[in-house]
Amino acid sequence: MEQQIINGLMLGSVYVLIAVVFTLSIGILNFLNFSIPGLFMLGGMVAWVLITMGVPPILAFAIAFLVACGCALIVERLTFSWMKGSDHEVPLVSSLGFLILFEQILLVFYGSDQQAFPKVIFNATITLGDLVIGSAQLLSLVLSIAIVYGINRFLKTTRVGRGIRAIAEDTTTAEFLGINVNRVVPLIFLISGAVAAIGGMLFAVNYSQVSPFMGEEVGFKGISAMIIGGMGSVWGAIAGGLLIGLTEVMSIYFLGSDFVDISVYGLLLIILIVRPQGLFGLAQVREKLLCSADILTV
Amino acid sequence: MFSGYIDGLIVILAINVIMAYSAALPLVAGQLNLGTAGFMAVGAYVAAYFSNEYGLPIGVAILIGSMVSGFIALLIGIPVLRTSGIYLALATFALGQILVAVFLNLEIVGAAQGYPVYGYIEMPTIAITTIVLVLALFVLSQTRFWLYLTAIKNDPTVCDLFGIEVKNVQLAAFVLGGMLAAVAGGLQAHYLSYVEAQSFGALVSIYTVLFVILGGTQTVLGPLVGAAFFTFLPEVFRSGEEWRYAIFAAFIIGFMVLRPQGMVTANMMRRIKNPFGSGRKASA
Repeated sequence: MEQQIINGLMLGSVYVLIAVVFTLSIGILNFLNFSIPGLFMLGGMVAWVLITMGVPPILAFAIAFLVACGCALIVERLTFSWMKGSDHEVPLVSSLGFLILFEQILLVFYGSDQQAFPKVIFNATITLGDLVIGSAQLLSLVLSIAIVYGINRFLKTTRVGRGIRAIAEDTTTAEFLGINVNRVVPLIFLISGAVAAIGGMLFAVNYSQVSPFMGEEVGFKGISAMIIGGMGSVWGAIAGGLLIGLTEVMSIYFLGSDFVDISVYGLLLIILIVRPQGLFGLAQVREKLLCSADILTV
Repeated sequence: MFSGYIDGLIVILAINVIMAYSAALPLVAGQLNLGTAGFMAVGAYVAAYFSNEYGLPIGVAILIGSMVSGFIALLIGIPVLRTSGIYLALATFALGQILVAVFLNLEIVGAAQGYPVYGYIEMPTIAITTIVLVLALFVLSQTRFWLYLTAIKNDPTVCDLFGIEVKNVQLAAFVLGGMLAAVAGGLQAHYLSYVEAQSFGALVSIYTVLFVILGGTQTVLGPLVGAAFFTFLPEVFRSGEEWRYAIFAAFIIGFMVLRPQGMVTANMMRRIKNPFGSGRKASA
């Protein structure tokens, strides 16, 4: 039982990262960026490709990271930049196009099978009584929370961070106040790509498997985690991610693996009906999002 | 009638067209339904169950499936439609996932093993049903109901002020969409002779919305064109074999850059109807 809680928290740490990426994209840009699961997958898959080609793991991770960041910038150019003046569903559709594109390109070269990700870091296990904690898992939990904390500090304290928050309030006013929107928006995409890629690599290392479609399930759970924690709240993303991880592991443990979707999405549906702003979200954030031209309405 | 390949393609087209309208109905009123695959699953399973276990005619079984799906949409639509925007989209998404997961665990319809269907319907029946449904939707698009939907999309507050029951109209669009998706599911189940919960994944719902947006929501023709396009384009790229879906995705991205309002727009329809007048005059 205690072991299950640990496993749930470790799994949740990957959802935390994806939830943060979604929360940045929606909270700041009002844009549900469907290419995020694709960037997550690129992190894991590109690293796997390079490692099996014989590239040293550290270098492979670095290249995979840069590839995902580069792709995030391409997505920005061809989706969000064109959003200005067009309907709101347009970037949604084209970011989905990118998700399909990334998946299909890797599918063509490497097939749709699950690939075994080699053990690249020394995986010691820490034993506390009956509990077993893998060092890789612990690393991913610590890293996730550190990254989320870092993003939070960055948004709160730096000049660029303040600019980003001003854009989240009102893009036009932010522009009047001298914030270079055209430079800040790519930066947000860059952060999204970077964090999603780290998530993909951590997932690959922890669960020792990658596939071109590895992003989809994790992406959907990440979106759910964001909503449950509260959209736009960075700490909500942590709470939501860990809660989803726990729910998933517990329902496998008590009810069987076929019940995972019922419990996870049941939780999401209940939260949406009972408390749409999420556990940590402010009602105010929700109002703002609703007023500023509903993101997804056509 | 035709070769098996053409037959199969027509059926896929028919199913995609019905699904496109099931997503388009709420979307015309500005609500994104990302759970259509769930309603499709309800229709498929319920219709298959009634034609298998009770020996009902397939048409009646599909009708029952559609009713059950509409009832579920009504029950869940009432709390879910309190939300809007991205919250509504994700609530419908969660709903779709849950519906499919329930069938995955339901022993009386085979759970994860899938459910064989004994009744069979031919391609022409499916094609004719689809044509009838599309014609009915074209008629519906001439009524006040459709006008209410577009009005609500443009400004729900003003609609409310003018005495339109915004929530009820939205609920009606959502329920009708759920019923249509169930018909598509029932038809598909009896054509493939097999129902499998895994085939109603989230991506089915997402692709359905893609048909509609690519086709355009300004006119009633848009979803039809979008669905047809989505069905045939990957076939056109067949020569590219394994690359065809990648080419297809690149095409979507390029298309949205060049023509974000969708393929069929209201203005274009006016120009077709009245090639010599200006678009604006003809709109009256």
